[in-house]
Amino acid sequence: MKKEKKLGSITFPQMGDYAIPANFLLSHILHNKIIVPKKITSRTIELGTKYSPEFVCTPFKYTLGTLLEGLENGANILIQAGGGCRYGYYAELQEQILKDLGYDFKFYNLVVAGHTDVKRIYHMMKEIDPKFHVLKGIYYLLITKQMIKYMDDIDHYIRGNIGFEVEKGSFLKLKEEMLKNFSKVNNPLKLHYLYRKYKKKFKEIKINKPNDVLKIGIIGELYTVMEPYSNYELEKELASMHIEVKRFTNVYYLLFEKHKKIKQYLKNTKKYITYQMGADAADNIGRAKELCLDRYDGIIHIKSSFCTPEISAMPIISKVCNDYHVPVIFFSFDSNTSEVGIKTRLEAFYDMLLMRRKL
Amino acid sequence: MRKGYLGIDIGSISTKGVILDEENNILESLYIWTEGNPIKAVKRLLKELKEQLDEDVEIYGIGTTGSARKLIGLMVDANIVKNEITAHAVGTTHFYPNVKTILEIGGQDSKIILLNDSIITDYAMNTLCAAGTGAFLSSQAKRLGVEINDFGMLALKSRNPVKIAARCTVFAESDLIHKAQVGYPKEDIIAGLCRSVVLNYLNNVGKGKKIEKPIIFQGGVSKNEGVVKYFREILNADVIVDSNSHLMGAIGIALLAHSHEDGKKRTLNIADISFETKGRECDKCSNHCEILRIYKDHTFIESWGSKCGKIS
Repeated sequence: MKKEKKLGSITFPQMGDYAIPANFLLSHILHNKIIVPKKITSRTIELGTKYSPEFVCTPFKYTLGTLLEGLENGANILIQAGGGCRYGYYAELQEQILKDLGYDFKFYNLVVAGHTDVKRIYHMMKEIDPKFHVLKGIYYLLITKQMIKYMDDIDHYIRGNIGFEVEKGSFLKLKEEMLKNFSKVNNPLKLHYLYRKYKKKFKEIKINKPNDVLKIGIIGELYTVMEPYSNYELEKELASMHIEVKRFTNVYYLLFEKHKKIKQYLKNTKKYITYQMGADAADNIGRAKELCLDRYDGIIHIKSSFCTPEISAMPIISKVCNDYHVPVIFFSFDSNTSEVGIKTRLEAFYDMLLMRRKL
Repeated sequence: MRKGYLGIDIGSISTKGVILDEENNILESLYIWTEGNPIKAVKRLLKELKEQLDEDVEIYGIGTTGSARKLIGLMVDANIVKNEITAHAVGTTHFYPNVKTILEIGGQDSKIILLNDSIITDYAMNTLCAAGTGAFLSSQAKRLGVEINDFGMLALKSRNPVKIAARCTVFAESDLIHKAQVGYPKEDIIAGLCRSVVLNYLNNVGKGKKIEKPIIFQGGVSKNEGVVKYFREILNADVIVDSNSHLMGAIGIALLAHSHEDGKKRTLNIADISFETKGRECDKCSNHCEILRIYKDHTFIESWGSKCGKIS
């Protein structure tokens, strides 16, 4: 018990379902208490907005909100990561804001100036927990990587089919069960076995999917795309309209595939861009073209307000979609977005896609 | 007996009702103010429509559109509830099948719809700012002491419209006060306002959109001759304003109600039905969803707003 007290309690920002693998990793490699961030609610964003600069992008506000809630629940070690755009400076600014609020904590930033230095992270872990063992760390890191891959893979299947489930809620119920079991594994074989088992189970879920369903691709700024609360549950809304949804951005992509994929995107979109434009802007232009070529019915581009890379990408995406005659709609979300306005535009988008099908 | 189809467009400022016959001809139409109470407005609308309507017409379909479409749809037992973008497009293409661009300015919102062969190909709606909408014009009319109905005619009289910074309502208002204080004649200010509405619309809603002929202008503001004039001038093209331009949404949704007819007869007698909504903030979790409970004749029928779906 005494040791427990010495070690700090860890929390980290919330995003989508990824708190589960993050918690899995940290709780296995460190002896500290992990305070898993709660699901984002309107209180989270209220808290985050209150202490954020007004014109900072929304993910800053969300993550600050979750860190604040973590501190309230007794955390005194905060872990943040980031890079690519303004996001790369979040950690420093958030640390300062929280310090100014009078909280006492240690702040660890996994990515400094766009670089992840393995040695630095090792020392960081040793500082958090002197008993940290590097081999154990690598072992669980590999399992976690695999877990994220499997989660993202299953999510991909869900997005394509959840709009057509016969029994409402069957996909999400199974997903919840799967995530729960994922978090209990302790070796890669077991994880692989579970993945195979659940993949089969998902395929067995009864769906009523006609051949000519509407297909929409979602692209945009990464946090808004991945955290359902921040995009007003856009994917759920599309599912209720019986639309097949494809989304590219997920954590596995960002961490392990982006560096390869981006070269391909740049090559494919030579006509439109020459250089990368920060964060996922160039990726999204490439994806827009890919969706056009794959004959998707429409594209939805979402971002948080004031997201600079995506703002630069938008006119180019418009041009791509114009060239291929695929409709695109842009949504900007922040803490003051009216949900009704989004619904109206989304409904109209849906009607338009249906009408175009008749052409 | 003849069959009739009712379309109701409940906007922030005005409520519109249109009854079509089986050949989609307009039998009756009505335009009243919403006055912040859509339930009351629709009750009055239906009562007056019923009085106007021939007795042998029976309603076999009701459609609702506009910002209060969902609530009113429940109240009148609509067979179709559709967003205003689709409704406007359907209504307009019924009369002008080859229309390419629809400009629409209503009370609180404005939109642009691009079409090809009666199919919507692109659209946009104002997002953040209300500058360049009917509500802005009517509040400025009040400030200048002019009846909103005379606004357009006065604008036409101006020879020298003043320039008004129209980026946002607040800026436009302070610029307008300034122009009035330095002694510009009223009609020049009014003309300047009409011009600024057009510029604001084209710079915001119409940004990046290819405006092709034939162009149709509708919504309440299309009744303002001044705004119409400046649209024609700035776009350098003919802009058609239909005599029913303020009713297009209601006509569109009536047409949809007709094509989605379900065989059920509907009543216009809703004046005596009690219909109310009660709002409360849920305290079951920190989401604090705003739960709206809807009661028809004091019995609970539906609730909206729960994010988790467990609370009603």
